[in-house]
Amino acid sequence: MNESVSDLAGIQPLIELRGVTKVYGTGGAAMHALRGIDLSIDEGEFVAVMGPSGSGKSTCMNILGCLDTPTAGTYRFKGVQVGKLTGRQRALLRRHYLGFVFQGYNLLNRTSALENVELPLIYRRVPASRRHEQARQALEVVGLKGWEDHTQGELSGGQQQRVAIARAIVTRPAVLFADEPTGNLDTARSREIMELLTALNRGQGITVVMVTHEAEMAAYAKRIVRFLDGRVETDGVQKEAA
Amino acid sequence: MVWNAFSLALREIRRNVMRSFLTILGIVIGVAAVIIMVTIGGGATVQVTQQIASLGSNLLIITPGKRVLGPVQSGAAPFRIADAEAIGREIASIVAVAPASSRSMTAIVGNENWSTRVTGSENEYLKAGNWSIKAGRQFSASELRAGAAVCIIGATVRGKLFGSQEPVGSKIRLQSLACEVIGLLEAKGQSMMGTDQDDFVLIPLRTFQRRIAGNQDVGVIQVSVEGGVSTDRVGRDIGRLMRERRHLSATEEDDFTVMDLKEITKMFTGTTQVLTALLSAVAAVSLLVGGIGIMNIMLVSVTERTREIGIRLAIGALERDVLLQFLVEAMVLSSLGGLLGIALAIGASLWLADVLRVPFVFNATIVAVAFLFSAAVGVVFGFFPAQKAARLDPIEALRHE
Repeated sequence: MNESVSDLAGIQPLIELRGVTKVYGTGGAAMHALRGIDLSIDEGEFVAVMGPSGSGKSTCMNILGCLDTPTAGTYRFKGVQVGKLTGRQRALLRRHYLGFVFQGYNLLNRTSALENVELPLIYRRVPASRRHEQARQALEVVGLKGWEDHTQGELSGGQQQRVAIARAIVTRPAVLFADEPTGNLDTARSREIMELLTALNRGQGITVVMVTHEAEMAAYAKRIVRFLDGRVETDGVQKEAA
Repeated sequence: MVWNAFSLALREIRRNVMRSFLTILGIVIGVAAVIIMVTIGGGATVQVTQQIASLGSNLLIITPGKRVLGPVQSGAAPFRIADAEAIGREIASIVAVAPASSRSMTAIVGNENWSTRVTGSENEYLKAGNWSIKAGRQFSASELRAGAAVCIIGATVRGKLFGSQEPVGSKIRLQSLACEVIGLLEAKGQSMMGTDQDDFVLIPLRTFQRRIAGNQDVGVIQVSVEGGVSTDRVGRDIGRLMRERRHLSATEEDDFTVMDLKEITKMFTGTTQVLTALLSAVAAVSLLVGGIGIMNIMLVSVTERTREIGIRLAIGALERDVLLQFLVEAMVLSSLGGLLGIALAIGASLWLADVLRVPFVFNATIVAVAFLFSAAVGVVFGFFPAQKAARLDPIEALRHE
């Protein structure tokens, strides 16, 4: 089992799963998606989660992203037991600490890049002027200055994913969850996205947890967690990517 | 947040103009129907009231014969001028008493002829009926006493026989009687029965009796009661006096009728109001149906936008935020329907009022109520779909294609 540094120092990790299981359905039809996961992620880490489909990595991501709750075991986020929170409290937790990037970008269609990035700020009740400013800055960070008024249809896949990343980071989240962020992109575009995520992780200290099944993309992460059949198969820090 | 939901709703409606329009059509029609019913109904009530007032407020009309829901029964003795004089003498609180007789006749001026009603009466007739002289003068005492060949004409008769010419001083021929026009009356328009009140020629009662009817009969006595006095009480007093003068025993029924125009007004306005209420209730049902239409389309919209809802929930929207968004959208839709309905209703009411010749009475209360009701329909029927949206599981919603 991997002992993280924070455990030794007595500091709570940002994310801590202990014996987490997830079962869908009941009785004979029960499907065990997770069979006892122990995982700790510290602030500032860049973790790649790998594994074949059906290995439980997506389920695990949903639980980490507070979109779902474990059947058994505990999930502590910043020391708070997420399983004990109400749906509303989990939504507030997502609102204040988490950012999401999806494989399919999931931008709102017929809505400009700027408005897409502003969306999380609207739900955080950020006043309009500050909202525009922050959204512009986030778009600049992802290299889309000048594309603010373009809608989904007018942006390439890589650009759409950049908008999605800008939307995820505009709130300065503690963790950025990326679910196959390069799954729909060609290699060149994928590399750009990975470089962007790496830059955000290093430059802004945003913890990144990314699901991928491409080894090349996983190589950008400092640490790779491999899932197999609902369990963590390997978990290791790899050499610094050049 | 509400403002944001509001602008989102407007954007969503603009994206589906056709669908939104069809969705709110039920509300549009419902709101329009309610407002049109109330506006036209109110106009009709005002019109009836105005017409009664133009006939002469507090007017009692006494006719010989017992009127039992229909034509005057024949056989009853007509009145005499003395009856009218007795009423004027013996009944208190009376402004004017006018004995009158009428007959349909053809009036001829040069080549023009016009079939009209010729009424023989006195100057009191003008007072009781709220008539005012537009040009010329009323009858003089000597003309009345002597039964002179003079007449006062209504606006319709003037128009038909004289066109734009000045009638006063000209002669009108009524059968063998050639009479000089000495006065022209102000127009009053249609009566509540739909007849043209201005279509008549007034001559002195004595002239009518001698030169046209050839008898001493008086067909009707009009009595105008002082304002503020109960027409009911005066009517009963007149009834008693008439029974006495017509020598009716206690067991005999009245062989004359005292009509109180106030009663007729009440009956008319009452009927109009009941009808208005009934039709409005029917129209309100269409508002309800419109609401169901909105609920239906909002449910479709929630399904279509499942993914969008998932995105919103994932990036920080609370259930409450999503609920608000869809609720506001339903409300904006239905309110828009309300506004369109109001616009339609005002246009249609103006047109209908013109066609039906009733005054256009703008009723701000019903417009406000109809609008608020349409907004409320949105809230009520939008709640279920909005709740459905808010309770979506973000994971499922995000996976939705």
